[in-house]
Amino acid sequence: MAQIPVFDPGAMTQYLGCDGVPVRDVPLWAHDVEPLLRAYEWMMLTRMFDQKAVALQRTGQLGTFPSSVGQEAIGVACGLALEAQDVFVPYYRDHATQLIRGAAMQDLLLYWGGDERGSYAGPAQDLPVCVPIATQCGHAVGAAAALKIRHQPQAVLCTLGDGATSKGDFSEALNLAGTWHLPVVFVINNNQWAISVPRAAQCGAPTLAQKGWGAGIHSVQADGNDIIAMLEVVNEALDRARHRKGPTLIEAISYRLGDHTTADDASRYRAADDVQAAWEREPLLRLRRFLTSQGAWSEAMDARWQEHCQALISKAVEQYLATPPQAAEAMFDHLYAEWPAALDEQLDLFAARMAVREV
Amino acid sequence: MSLQTTETVGHVPESCDLTLVEAVNLALARAMTEDPDVVLLGEDIGLNGGVFRATQGLQQQFGRERVMDTPLAEALIAGTAIGMATQGLKPVAEIQFMGFIFPAMEQLVTHAARLRNRTRGRLHCPLVIRAPFGGGIHAPEHHSESTEALFAHIPGLRVVIPSSPRRAYGLLLSAIDNPDPVIFLEPKRLYRALKQPLSDDGARLPLDTVFILREGHDMTLVSWGACIQETLAAAQELEQRGISAEVIDVATVSPLDMDSIRASVEKTGRCVIIHEAARSGGIGADISARLSEQSLDLLQAPVIRVTGFDTPMPYFRQELLYLPQVADIVAAADQCMSYR
Repeated sequence: MAQIPVFDPGAMTQYLGCDGVPVRDVPLWAHDVEPLLRAYEWMMLTRMFDQKAVALQRTGQLGTFPSSVGQEAIGVACGLALEAQDVFVPYYRDHATQLIRGAAMQDLLLYWGGDERGSYAGPAQDLPVCVPIATQCGHAVGAAAALKIRHQPQAVLCTLGDGATSKGDFSEALNLAGTWHLPVVFVINNNQWAISVPRAAQCGAPTLAQKGWGAGIHSVQADGNDIIAMLEVVNEALDRARHRKGPTLIEAISYRLGDHTTADDASRYRAADDVQAAWEREPLLRLRRFLTSQGAWSEAMDARWQEHCQALISKAVEQYLATPPQAAEAMFDHLYAEWPAALDEQLDLFAARMAVREV
Repeated sequence: MSLQTTETVGHVPESCDLTLVEAVNLALARAMTEDPDVVLLGEDIGLNGGVFRATQGLQQQFGRERVMDTPLAEALIAGTAIGMATQGLKPVAEIQFMGFIFPAMEQLVTHAARLRNRTRGRLHCPLVIRAPFGGGIHAPEHHSESTEALFAHIPGLRVVIPSSPRRAYGLLLSAIDNPDPVIFLEPKRLYRALKQPLSDDGARLPLDTVFILREGHDMTLVSWGACIQETLAAAQELEQRGISAEVIDVATVSPLDMDSIRASVEKTGRCVIIHEAARSGGIGADISARLSEQSLDLLQAPVIRVTGFDTPMPYFRQELLYLPQVADIVAAADQCMSYR
């Protein structure tokens, strides 16, 4: 009986070792340190933003927040590879990409601070944060189909976590992307943990990338903590999409150094040693070592950049905390394009409730 | 505001007798001709024209880019339609039977219904989900349920149910025009049960109002979907016995034009609600609750419901036992009239 050939994703794309020393020749574009310096700056800003957001939550000034600590290279690579007119379809651990695409930090804080006004930040065509797992994958193929139908040259990039690959929505979207040859790129942030469930308990296949193979999609694995590898594969995938060469699935291997969210306590289900070991592979340290070895970065530059980030973040936090609340009736706003007279009764009920509470 | 209508129209030039499913087809073709952003997607809707032929000929007319056969995946159909809608298209998606809409439910509830609200109006979701629904055609298991109340419960969705070819045509055009998501449920028992003269004039019917199909002064019969047929027949029978029944086709069951229903019941003092969906938690219960909240003084009898039961829809050999029949409606009307 003939055996269906085993999926071979080839070697995971990787350029930088954990020590910042290239494990093979870096791509030509990476000989110029400028794009890598920009990437490092965004990665640092993202990490400091994450730290501040967690601190705000711990002090009761923000709601539940999902830190992206340790996965900054994935989000920054997506943000830098996307062009302004492309469509970004995020999940909820994508602050880096959102920031690069122009989202204001105070808006991101507003969203996680429980205010709808922050839920939509960035270019007009981008989708907002998506909380129900993997449901954004359907939107991504829909947006890509719209681009294709209208013969527009842009691409769609959709992010998801490793847990999302277990959902039907992901498989259904991959299937359509392959069938309709859509200009879409899926990037899995495989941070090894879906809350408390480790990657090995999520899926029996050796890679998540091979799920794309079953849908007839070009699929690759990359070191998600290596910014050079991530920029290389995301740029290549978006280029394929823009030139109508088909969709791509990227499995970015990383590690969730923080808790799932601030509502989680990862020490309940994973060993401190494993987390400690993962800190050795984290993306900022790796890139900093590389840039330093190239003579392009120094401790003094790092301190100056951190100071700059701190100032930006402090200003954003100030604006966030000073944002006046929405009007009491705001929940009724934007429910429909035109307010249905049928719902007038509810405005009356609401007014009556407010009157009772004011007594 | 309610709209009065008659079941027959006068002489309309170039009109021809069409069934409800033909009216749906005509409206889709009209919308696609008027607006290049209108696209269709669903299972078997292309060359096959849909299992009920609602999209017959449309792929040939408008091309494969605008009439898309999707893989067999309902969550994907809804998700894809949402993605298209966010980028400015106006997708009209067909779910082959309402019984198979549940994988799509998450997309409709967690995304389509609230995209405008959660983005404070910056994104919106102009899509229509069409699905044949209801019993009475001897279909297999899972093909005959009426679960409109599940969608009516979701803020941000509109739920529209035509009950005649003319209303199917006019309401579907309005649903496609509408900048918000519309669940458009087609009573498949009526797909070919009756014909009406219909001209392809592009005339829209409003989504914010009920339709008064028949005026009366003794009682108000409120219904929607395929049950309108039995309700009209019951009104006829009641008339022969000297009882004048007003018949309201709710049509848009959410948001609900309660003002018109209330105005009618305040006039007649009595109300019977007829729907084939299960009894508890249904739209009939909601109408009844609101009449008791706001019109108790004017009610001369308790509001009575004639409905399906809180059981699974029986297999087709016994589906008529579940579906409200004319005699059931007449009996309820008698009970309502005799209350003192």
